[in-house]
Amino acid sequence: MSLVNYATREITCKIVYYGPGRSGKTTNLHYIYGQVPEDRKGKMVSLATQTDRTLFFDFLPLDLGSISGFTTKFQLYTVPGQVYYQATRRLVLQGADGVVFVADSQSRQLDENIESFQDLHANLAEQGVDPRVMPIVVQYNKQDLPKELILSVAELSDAINFRDSPEFPADALHGPGVFETLRGISEQVLRRLSAAGASPGTAAGAGTK
Amino acid sequence: MQADKRARFDNYVVGSANRLAVAAAHAVADAPGAVYNPLFIYSSSGLGKTHLIHAVANQATSRHPDMSIEYVPLEDFVEQLHAAIATGEMDRFKQRYGRVDVLLLDDMQFLTGRRETQSELLRLLNSLQGGKRQIVMTSDRPPAEISDVDERLIQKLSGGLIVDIGTPDYETRVAILRAKCDEKGVSFEPGVIEELARVEFSNVRELQGALNRLAAAQVVDGTLTPSQVAALVGAPAPAPASSPSAAKQDEFFSFLTDMASAVAAQIEPWKVRVGEAVAFWNGEGFRTGPLERLMVEKNPPANWEALVRGFAQAVEQLRELEQQVCTVDPGLGGSDLFRDPERLTEAAAFVERALAGAVPPAGPQAAFARRAFEESPSNQMAVRAADAVIAEPGHRYNPLFLAGPSGVGKTHLLNAIGNELARGGGANFRVACVGAQLFIDELIAALQDGTIDRFRARYRAADALLIDDVQFVGGKERTQDELFHVFNHFHSAGKQLVFVSDVAPKQIEGLEERLRSRFEGGLVAELSAPDRTLREKLFGRFLADARVPTTPELLSYLAERSATSVRELIGTVHRICAAADSSGGPLTLPIARQTLEPASATATTPPTSVRQAADSFFLDDEKIVWEWPDASGRLVEELR
Repeated sequence: MSLVNYATREITCKIVYYGPGRSGKTTNLHYIYGQVPEDRKGKMVSLATQTDRTLFFDFLPLDLGSISGFTTKFQLYTVPGQVYYQATRRLVLQGADGVVFVADSQSRQLDENIESFQDLHANLAEQGVDPRVMPIVVQYNKQDLPKELILSVAELSDAINFRDSPEFPADALHGPGVFETLRGISEQVLRRLSAAGASPGTAAGAGTK
Repeated sequence: MQADKRARFDNYVVGSANRLAVAAAHAVADAPGAVYNPLFIYSSSGLGKTHLIHAVANQATSRHPDMSIEYVPLEDFVEQLHAAIATGEMDRFKQRYGRVDVLLLDDMQFLTGRRETQSELLRLLNSLQGGKRQIVMTSDRPPAEISDVDERLIQKLSGGLIVDIGTPDYETRVAILRAKCDEKGVSFEPGVIEELARVEFSNVRELQGALNRLAAAQVVDGTLTPSQVAALVGAPAPAPASSPSAAKQDEFFSFLTDMASAVAAQIEPWKVRVGEAVAFWNGEGFRTGPLERLMVEKNPPANWEALVRGFAQAVEQLRELEQQVCTVDPGLGGSDLFRDPERLTEAAAFVERALAGAVPPAGPQAAFARRAFEESPSNQMAVRAADAVIAEPGHRYNPLFLAGPSGVGKTHLLNAIGNELARGGGANFRVACVGAQLFIDELIAALQDGTIDRFRARYRAADALLIDDVQFVGGKERTQDELFHVFNHFHSAGKQLVFVSDVAPKQIEGLEERLRSRFEGGLVAELSAPDRTLREKLFGRFLADARVPTTPELLSYLAERSATSVRELIGTVHRICAAADSSGGPLTLPIARQTLEPASATATTPPTSVRQAADSFFLDDEKIVWEWPDASGRLVEELR
């Protein structure tokens, strides 16, 4: 998927929310969905199990309207976090222009976070995408929980964010940090516009070194 | 006018009431012309519109030093416009504003009732927006509530983003007061500022005024305590709950604004310009093939700006062509041809064909000159009226209705009016001068071919309409219907109408009341049979034209003979000239007398039976064979 289509004057960004199960990816999307004014709302598609866990993926199209003559659309996806949905995760990850890694700040979830972050790298590598050029931001969710249950941003950063990606503390349920994260990833993705525009047709994820 | 350098974004306190406006203003200052164009900010007085618009000007100046940025309060704009008109320097005025990249207009509410400013502003906004230049305006009310403003201008003003600034909430008031204290270098006891902020002022100026009062009081009375604040500035009122929905939208809008800036910064500027041109012209309903092809180029062609300009010019030409073709046939406008600049040549050829195919209605016949028309008591009123019409077409007598029997010169006078109007009106003044019968025939043909629109347009394009023998429309409903509409079109446009008939409108049979009253609404002038003076003048002229020498006695003799029409006079001239020719000598009184008064006096009067039988149309003496050679004898012979 090419990011900028000059012929149809469209900018389309695919952003995937990745992370361990129950870390709050769908909650992020729900919060964003709630902030979008009615006239710009696409339909949020959520394929959930009966217990409200994401079975397949969530999809939220965001139409930002015409910017500088370009119809700008964001597509926000989440992957199912549970380990056994590996195939779905790969499918959703395909052609992503940017990834938000949503980590669970709870201390007891640290291992799951690390495992999922490694899983992300493995899946990207498998699709021929160099994780070093893929725009990635990290969100430390659930920072509203009592201090004794969670790790601080510094601790989480040390443990997970070995690439020094931009990081955002967040409370996806109530909103703080959600748009900051989205803004962070969007800006990174858009910064690659000129590079992507110069070579349309290359898979957006492949990029240049 | 220079923007106030002290008004910047960094000293503008942002709260929930103005966050949207500030976000939009920021976006506009960062990337002028890319988003929200025009940006219209309104709020009641004293809430920071002017600070914000100055901040846009300052930020845009520092970010884009190469751009021309013009801040002007509307009052100044009006003054400059008036001065430009007074000194005849409109061109310079247009040039000056035509090349600004960012135009900031303050206090738009003063547009009320200023028609010329409105039309000039509309023109300016159109041209600026066409060139993707940014326009920012402020007003104390939304565009639709500015009274007495051209609807098109209101739509133009509302076309981009309209944001309002509300009254600041408690937190914002505190922040504003703190900022003002820092600015003025005054300090208060803890709690004083908060106490002051609790008072609900309707605008920031009042708030500032109250702060000044406190500062002054503090100088006089020494350090104030929070409890003194209420007494000094008036009774406190409970703070309003800020609306949660407004805050909710803010988050998305500020995200949107950031994205707009990010996109504008990332896409190559030339592609942005081309993309905007495509979006703009698409919105106007034009195909943009050449520009779209330009968009997929990797590197900007050296002449891309010329291409975009050329495209705009082609669109202009298409619009002109469409207008032209609409004068011929409104049905031809709106064709696809006029929506695709790539087919400009095709469209031009199409219009040329359409214009060539549309023959304008017949004009007056050049042979009938006004100066060849003699005036006398019998036609004086008609001639004077005709001269008045020629002098001021459409003003004096509209319509002019000339009535009179056959052969008294109505058609001559009608064509003479037509010729004079065409001469006086200049090269582009079109006079349609047709007989009613031709009008009817053309209408029927148009109805048959389904080209009634073209028929109407042809006639309506004329600047004056002259119809001969209008009595023929009597009883023809559809023709009267068309004539009624054509009449109304001409009359309301102040274009001259002249009708000629053998009888007055009242006596035309089968004429609808609505037409009759319209015909009589101008001047009905009668022409009657030539009187003696006219006869003498005309005989003199006709004989002179035939190069026959005359004597006063001859003319006097001829003029004494009564005649019902000018045609009859011409017939008499022919007869006496022929008689003189056959006698081989000059025309003399005796020859004329002999020719016109044969020996048997009775022979000049036709038998009563013939007179009775003759249709009044044929009553002209020279057209009728009066002397049948013993018809009864011949009939008997043939019957045998």
